[in-house]
Amino acid sequence: MADEKKIGCYICKGCGLGERLDTDELETIATREGKANVVKQHDFLCNADGVKMIQDDIDNDGVNHIVIGACSRRSKAEAFNFQNVAISRANLREGVIWIRPDEPDAQETTQEMAADYIRMACAETKFQNIPAASGQQGLNKKLLVVGGGIAGMTSAIEASKAGYPATIVEKTGKLGGAMADMVARIPNRSPYADPMDTGVAAMIAAIEADSNITVHLNSTVTKTSGAPGRFSADITTESGATTTDNFGAIVQASGFTDYDANQLPEFAYGKTPDVVTQRELEAMIKEAGDGPVKRKSDGKVIASALFVQCAGQRSDKEGHLSYCSGFCCSASIKEAMLLKDRNADCDTIICFDDLRTPGAGGEDFYRSGQKKGVTFTKSKVSEVVPANGSLTVKMHDLILNDDVEASVDLVVLATGLIANSGVDIDDKSAENVAQDPTQEYKVNVDSILNLTYRQGRDLPKLTENFADSHFICFPYETRRTGIYAAGPVRRPMDAAQAIEDATGATMKAIQSLEHAATGEAVLPRPGDLSFPTFRKEGCTQCKRCTVECPFGAIDEDEQRYPQYNESRCRRCGTCMGACPVRIISFENYSVETVGQQIKAADMPEEFDEKPRILVLACENDAYPALDMAAMNGMQYSAFARVVPVRCLGSVNTIWVSDALNGGYDGIILMGCRQDENYQCHFVKGSEMAHTRMSKIADTLQTLSLEEERVATYEIAITDSARTVQIINEMEETIQKIGMSPFKF
Amino acid sequence: MSDLNTAMVEKYRSNFLKEVEANVEEGDWVKMCMQCGVCSGSCPLGNAWEHPPQEIFMMIRAGKRDEVLSSSSMWMCTSCYNCIVRCPRELPITHIMHGLAHYAKRLGLSPKEQPTAKFAQLFWDNLSKDGRVNELKLGLALYFMNGFGEGIKTSLKMKDIGLGMVKTKRMNVMEILGGHSVKDKSGFHAMLKKAAEIEEAKIQK
Amino acid sequence: MAKEYSFYPGCSSQDKASSSNYLRSVEAMCEELDITLNHIPDWNCCGASIGYAGGGELPRLALSARNLALSEEHNKGQDVVATCAACWLATKETQERLEHDSDLMAETNVALKEAGLEFKNENKVRHMVEVLIEDFGYEELGKHVKKPLEGMKIAGYVGCQTNRPFGIDGESFENPKYLDKFIETMGAEPVEKYDKKVQCCGGALAFSEPEKSQAMIKDIIESAYDGGAEMIVTPCPVCQMNVEVYQDQINAQYGTKFKMPVVYYSTLMAVAYGRNAKDAALDGQVIRAKRLEEIAAK
Repeated sequence: MADEKKIGCYICKGCGLGERLDTDELETIATREGKANVVKQHDFLCNADGVKMIQDDIDNDGVNHIVIGACSRRSKAEAFNFQNVAISRANLREGVIWIRPDEPDAQETTQEMAADYIRMACAETKFQNIPAASGQQGLNKKLLVVGGGIAGMTSAIEASKAGYPATIVEKTGKLGGAMADMVARIPNRSPYADPMDTGVAAMIAAIEADSNITVHLNSTVTKTSGAPGRFSADITTESGATTTDNFGAIVQASGFTDYDANQLPEFAYGKTPDVVTQRELEAMIKEAGDGPVKRKSDGKVIASALFVQCAGQRSDKEGHLSYCSGFCCSASIKEAMLLKDRNADCDTIICFDDLRTPGAGGEDFYRSGQKKGVTFTKSKVSEVVPANGSLTVKMHDLILNDDVEASVDLVVLATGLIANSGVDIDDKSAENVAQDPTQEYKVNVDSILNLTYRQGRDLPKLTENFADSHFICFPYETRRTGIYAAGPVRRPMDAAQAIEDATGATMKAIQSLEHAATGEAVLPRPGDLSFPTFRKEGCTQCKRCTVECPFGAIDEDEQRYPQYNESRCRRCGTCMGACPVRIISFENYSVETVGQQIKAADMPEEFDEKPRILVLACENDAYPALDMAAMNGMQYSAFARVVPVRCLGSVNTIWVSDALNGGYDGIILMGCRQDENYQCHFVKGSEMAHTRMSKIADTLQTLSLEEERVATYEIAITDSARTVQIINEMEETIQKIGMSPFKF
Repeated sequence: MSDLNTAMVEKYRSNFLKEVEANVEEGDWVKMCMQCGVCSGSCPLGNAWEHPPQEIFMMIRAGKRDEVLSSSSMWMCTSCYNCIVRCPRELPITHIMHGLAHYAKRLGLSPKEQPTAKFAQLFWDNLSKDGRVNELKLGLALYFMNGFGEGIKTSLKMKDIGLGMVKTKRMNVMEILGGHSVKDKSGFHAMLKKAAEIEEAKIQK
Repeated sequence: MAKEYSFYPGCSSQDKASSSNYLRSVEAMCEELDITLNHIPDWNCCGASIGYAGGGELPRLALSARNLALSEEHNKGQDVVATCAACWLATKETQERLEHDSDLMAETNVALKEAGLEFKNENKVRHMVEVLIEDFGYEELGKHVKKPLEGMKIAGYVGCQTNRPFGIDGESFENPKYLDKFIETMGAEPVEKYDKKVQCCGGALAFSEPEKSQAMIKDIIESAYDGGAEMIVTPCPVCQMNVEVYQDQINAQYGTKFKMPVVYYSTLMAVAYGRNAKDAALDGQVIRAKRLEEIAAK
């Protein structure tokens, strides 16, 4: 890397920029104010000739910091993809000419906007360094799979097929998980008419025959440390023998536990052996072999069975599950068929509220059940009463709006699943957090992974105990990089979905360990080589960065300084936003690179009547929303200056107070949605920013400024029109409350 | 109640669904209903049904034999076939309703003063007599189906319509004396008789 | 060369029956298009939809099977064509059900044997509208127009039984377009968004449940008026009669002032093809279609 920073600024005249803007003036500004060493204009910068012009300067002239004055950073990324240089983009097209009217009156303010973006881009790149990997890298192709059920076995088999060795750690004495207890499974292929073989035996055989797959039965993971590419795991057997091995990535397929039917006394569970769960019925069917199924109380052949769907689920009652477990409707249909297969005269009634049979063939399977004579009754079961050798089921028929009773031999409760997601790391009362890094690590038996991460032993949960991360954009991702949840531990699902889920998670795990080997980030900044570092001598050991990192990437070292794990990091910069002493930075993204942009913009005198509005826009949703507003021909105030940020979580309050001190009249922060239905690409970033900004009122008060001058918004990518409205409203607000007095 | 009804009650005991599957036209389909209610919402006379088709299907499964068969509901069917084309499960709902109505009539359970039930029977009697419908006789029979006094009233009310039809040569008062018919009446009657016998035997089986 | 079909006219189109005017206009239309209709000898009633109460499944199937068997015997190899919606529906349904159920087929033939007949299922069952669309096409139908129905706005009322459950091939159940295209082809303007295009008129229940049926008929006419129509055109005898003849009673009941002519597509076409009022059966209108009479007289 060249020691000297040599800035090259390239101004494009294509796409109407040349006609709308005085590019000669921009060139002068880049030279005089931006201190660029080389400044060139080009009629069509992103074409081969323009790109070659820049590449030649890099190759022959030693230019290593590039400013592109053209379109948005979201356009032409492939053309302007120069290696081993720092790049800054001045958004003159979407950010200036497309959002301003092409009228003589608007010319002056439009040109001022463009000039500021050139100043800001030059300032940014001046403070950037060229990113390079940390040196922590190493390629480890081995995959740790925690859990030997359908999902875990799928993961190991898929990894092996792709050429990555896998190690399965299974808590029980056999592979197969919940599916091993089943007589048959819900069909996953056409015609979706009959229960089919579970496939467990074939999978076990495949695993046993595969030298690339290692299996540890009766074992648990008693310690997991490290990071993607260099995980270390202790695998301990029941007898206490421990082996330690290293892995590149982890798939957690720890499955589920049945909801405890004892919590449903209204259905007489526990009062009579003839009220059973679905899993218990499967055992009874297994015991019966091909013969008719007999009930436990008196050995009578079951002539009628009634299935209660949503038993203890989809209910807001205390102690019930609020969610749908996703598999139980199809499972009841399957079990009703199994009963009929063994005794054609057996009446089977499924009492449902909403019958849900997910998957491509779900509806066909339901139809097949109806054809086979399974009776479906839309009703709500309220009570089961054992009476004289049979069971009286009381229910409300939801179609006929009628209270009815049925007398049956057997009642089956479809009770649903609870994710085996380990300890609740947000519950600080539990002995979860390794408060003292010097203290010896203690195994927590309820934990699945026993991570040595400062933020806790297991994966964070999104909702209802499921170890999911982001519903919409990044399935499979958890909030621990390199560890992928698969199957019902991630969200409710049936076996077919778990197999698909495990396959996807395995592919992501492979990608993660490969990225770790080259020092590149994974989603949502795949390929990013920059990583956060901190200036140790400035650190006050406040621990905010270690607490606020949404991905648990930062531990503490023995001297209680933050310890960064590059490959766990997603590069959001939330740590940088959190640091009160501002000592955390990325090579190409830091308190300085943004702070200097804010300072570089020209600040007109108070009496020029040209206010300045700083917009800090999240690059994931808000910035593209603004770009799209421009593409759609919308217009916003020429007084806005938009600075993209990696995540609102990376916004350090110093930027806000410096901007206020520097004379900005209004500041708008645009991040993603935060609450539990968050859309923040870094999970917690937007939430952190909102918390921090709620405290900005103090700063405003100290400066005797109006509260309305700083506003934080949640913006989705579809909110183009709203972003424009927000900016224009801020201009109106400033007109009302007056210009900032801090313009010096 | 008819002897046939008693026999059927005896035969199927508590399983009305099985009885419907065996004896009602297209009754096999009843179990395939998924209770979405699109049929009820699509019926032009939906509001006039004591129990719309969705409920009828549920009642059959719930074994509500008397309520279903003595209901006036199925007689509200205008044969518009909207339910058939909209049913996501492709149940032939119109035919099932016709089938239930016919079965109820056969068992003697259909409501006594149901105008459509009466008219439908008149229609059948009319067409099966000569092989072709005699519209005049059918109309008069319809007006007088509730007795002589009521018939005169209705006839007067409908007088203008009848006159309009006669004037435009779309009704012929001479039809009262005979009118159109098939030539091979004996073959026609023998065919219908045989068909009825075969059907009767199937139900009795 | 003339196209030949085995024709099933049905009870209502017999001489001096309620849709005898339908048959007359169809005959005129067919003459212009060089279509020969070979009547099925000694045909019987199809049972219609309302026949269900008296007749069970098998007797009803036997009715239509007898007609089909007679057609096979006397009009060999010809498609069976019906003009009445109920006739077409019952016949087509019979053919379909017997085709898919060999037990029913066998039982039906046992019954037919009593009349000395056998049904072999040799020919297609089609509606006249299908013949016009499939065997001629709109372009060809347009070529025969001599007096375009210029300046007329007409609502195409499709109704139920030519639309459901079978419908005309290629048309949707919720918004079939063929009547609109006929209207356009004859030089008139169709009502674009005719809300009640496929609304039920009550069918046979117009007799047994007159109040309920007339409420629906009122909507059908009202919607046509709202769409700017001066006339309604329909392919079905029950639709035609129900919508036309009860207008005075509806006016008395609802205070409306309906006087909306309701004609068959064949009437429309006969006039556009240059036939006189009698050939087009305009004298069969209880509510006279004056504009058509004017055009026919030109």
